[in-house]
Amino acid sequence: MARTWLRVTLASLGVLALAAWSGVTAAAPPPGVSASSPAAVQITLPASPLMEEQKILHVLNRLGYGPRPGDVERVEGMGLAAYLQQQLYPEAIPDRAVEQKLKNLTTLTMTSAELMREFPQPDPKLRQKIATGELSRAEMMEMFPPEKRPIRIIGELQSAKLIRAIESERQLEEVMVDFWFNHFNVFAGKGAVKWMLVSYERDAIRPHALGKFRDLVLATARHPAMLFYLDNWMSVKSDFPSRPGGKGPKGLNENYARELMELHTLGVDGGYTQKDVVEVARCFTGWTIDRPREGGGFVFRPPAHDNGEKVVLGHRIPAGGRKMDAEMVIDILVRHPSTAKFIATKLVRRFVADEPPPALVARVADTFTRTDGDIRAMLVTIITSPEFFAADTYRSKIKKPFELVASAVRAVGGTTSGSPALARAVAQIGEPLYASQPPTGYPDIAEAWVNTGALLNRMNFALGLTEGRSPGTRPDLGRFVAGADQRDPKALLDRLLAGLLHNQVTPDTRDVLLKQLSDPEILRATSDHRTLNPDVEKIAALVLGSPEFQRR
Amino acid sequence: MEITRRALIKSSAIALLGLGAMPRFLVRTASAGTGSAGKKILIALFQRGAVDGLSMVVPHAEANYYAARPSIAIPGPQAGSAEAAVDLNGFFGLHPALKPLLPLWEARRLAIVHACGSPDTTRSHFDAQDYMESGTPGLKSTQDGWLNRALKARPDPSGTAFRAVAMGSALPRALRGEAPSLAISNIADFDIRAGSGTLNAKRGFEALYERGAQNLLRATGKETFEAVKMLKAADPARYQPASGAEYPRGRFGDGLRQIAQLIKADVGLEIAFAASGGWDTHAVQGNSQGQLANRLREFAEGLAALDRDLGDRMADVVVLTMSEFGRTVQENGNRGTDHGHATAMLVLGGSVKGGKVYGKWPGISRAQLFEGRDLEVTTDFRHLFGEVAVKHLGVPASALLFPGVTLAPSAFPGTL
Repeated sequence: MARTWLRVTLASLGVLALAAWSGVTAAAPPPGVSASSPAAVQITLPASPLMEEQKILHVLNRLGYGPRPGDVERVEGMGLAAYLQQQLYPEAIPDRAVEQKLKNLTTLTMTSAELMREFPQPDPKLRQKIATGELSRAEMMEMFPPEKRPIRIIGELQSAKLIRAIESERQLEEVMVDFWFNHFNVFAGKGAVKWMLVSYERDAIRPHALGKFRDLVLATARHPAMLFYLDNWMSVKSDFPSRPGGKGPKGLNENYARELMELHTLGVDGGYTQKDVVEVARCFTGWTIDRPREGGGFVFRPPAHDNGEKVVLGHRIPAGGRKMDAEMVIDILVRHPSTAKFIATKLVRRFVADEPPPALVARVADTFTRTDGDIRAMLVTIITSPEFFAADTYRSKIKKPFELVASAVRAVGGTTSGSPALARAVAQIGEPLYASQPPTGYPDIAEAWVNTGALLNRMNFALGLTEGRSPGTRPDLGRFVAGADQRDPKALLDRLLAGLLHNQVTPDTRDVLLKQLSDPEILRATSDHRTLNPDVEKIAALVLGSPEFQRR
Repeated sequence: MEITRRALIKSSAIALLGLGAMPRFLVRTASAGTGSAGKKILIALFQRGAVDGLSMVVPHAEANYYAARPSIAIPGPQAGSAEAAVDLNGFFGLHPALKPLLPLWEARRLAIVHACGSPDTTRSHFDAQDYMESGTPGLKSTQDGWLNRALKARPDPSGTAFRAVAMGSALPRALRGEAPSLAISNIADFDIRAGSGTLNAKRGFEALYERGAQNLLRATGKETFEAVKMLKAADPARYQPASGAEYPRGRFGDGLRQIAQLIKADVGLEIAFAASGGWDTHAVQGNSQGQLANRLREFAEGLAALDRDLGDRMADVVVLTMSEFGRTVQENGNRGTDHGHATAMLVLGGSVKGGKVYGKWPGISRAQLFEGRDLEVTTDFRHLFGEVAVKHLGVPASALLFPGVTLAPSAFPGTL
């Protein structure tokens, strides 16, 4: 009934009715979920050709950053359906160890204003002084050490992201935060964005990662990071008087309006025209940043707003709507069928396959429409689908660089301080964190990530990790070979393949690895100052750098 | 979704080689006879931060230039003066720190395009670089860069992993996209790096990808180990520049030296990219000496060393320099310049119609300035880049290199 009411108001599009929408949350529970509280959720798993262990591995790899030692057994113990239910409600999962670790990263709880004050850009005049020799580099470093510069903020964000992916119990939440950040991408390298990123991820993305899609769109639309990154903060009505000397904002800026439709909601072929871009940009005029140089928040500035009538995708937005114009636009876009399809496609691509099965996309889009863009409900449609547990879905996705690094550290039972070395490895493999320049974010298909330089760096990362050459990150290989005969290469290999890949390897791979072990060069004397047979490190590296481990 | 073009190219390449019984570079070398000599190469150099084109290539015959810049103008040509601009054609002169480029100009291998830039009016470094690299001014969501599209427009089944290489740790926007491109900080490090037992790890990985992988991973694995072998054969660690060429110290010079190494090693390089920084001279810019002069000196010494080192190979090479925008005509209160509009770009190479300044000079009297303050853009950078791509690299004029711009020879500045 509530839905019918929503459709009726959508058709009439009155401002008052729209204002009431934001408070409406009623929607029928999606199939597979019986209620909206974790205790009452019922997940029904479909029939699947996969073995029970494979199903568990599949879920750990797709809904999280891969299994740690013991995870498979743990999920088996509690039941896969129960694990899925738990992951869908991250706030109910205790995660104290990670919270404790994140306390060391003090920038994570600061406001943009505080970050700007505490970590200002070194005065450009200092750079000039270095150029003219008035100041030495050493003196400069003393005045402005890296821990007092903006770079610290990005560094701590990267650390936090790595710590959470590797050690958090709330794996699905981390995957979704990554997914939505990438969907609503902003780039740390553009001007003031670097001071706004912490708040962007913490306040605009994370709270809604499993919530309502409309809340995400609104939260990102209002956030200074997005307002700055896509220039809406300086978009003003076209007859806005410019300041003397040609300075200050100059008319309409269409960037945000275009990307809002092309990348955030409708998709590139979603049915909008250049005229719609202009109309949406007009609706968003006046949505700007309060004191941008001091890290201020969202503010609506009526003098900059174009208060005339607009028509967006055929919907009339009456004159005089002020700040509500843009909220109406968001409602129109979020409820457009192209948006349901576009978001469903991206989610299915992330969780199921590079080439999303159309039937599943249609069902997820249907869930989107039925639940008013409930992200959790869409995830349930995906993870209870036969497509998700199909044989050709299993291990068919190539891990993104971040997924590879996080899953490798997890696989070796490692812990991390989130050190820069790990973030650097992710960057070298091709996905510098918080540094995707275009608003498209990083792609989610194999072709984008499998290339010569990246592959070499994947293998080198595996070697560095297992040999303990990644400062701040400690692998725990000993656990896999404890009790095994250290002089029996085959026994060691069996332990490592079971521990790191759960034996999901081709006979060819096992064969190759065994041959490596019987190579006379590798059978050299074990150096006595090490507790671990160095071959174990090397073989573990070969396993983590192997084609099998690149898949999830 | 469709199979991407890249996957197709890869699989057809493998089919051509009968599942790759023979390393691809050997096949290519065998068929070409002379390695990759004769293959056209573009070296794109980005001056990040917006170089002051009016100091780089000085309009010394413009009285307005000296009026606008009381403390930072470069004096007009004067015999015997090391401080004066080096005259090029009676109107323009090179900044004295660019003197190493004079022989190239005189040999007619260096062309200049002045008042070149973007039709987009942004004065944000970020946006302007983004637009220049994506090749789509005003459009942010373009996913690939123009250099990547230049590669894609000429699919080459026998192409190596080194077709496109950027010096640095991350791939620049210009090279991002479907066509495989490499970012390399140091070519000597392009190898499997294990703490000990490197040989085994390498052999192990190679066997794993050859026998244990399918499709994309298998093809890329093969390509990767071929690439490592190719570089090893070239022995980059023991490189000696030819003809006594001396690259300037620092990242920029190192990058150019490594690009020359890759070219001479015949590893199949077609597009190289390197960037240099420090051009954002808001304060104490200096004139014939000083901050900007130091940057320009390094830049010129780098280009001159590259030209000397490559020698005859320059017949196949074009070096194209670019910067996101120029700087204000008027000097500011800090004896520097602020973000402007048009700048000057250089085109260097054996096939370049050099010794000439191209583009319409818009003038810099107050009435002639863009938005009352900047040098106007009279050559859209896409026409210059397009000319190099079409005439030098052989990109079909019909390719969508710069969506919305027709690559018509009549619009090209004429540098090639």
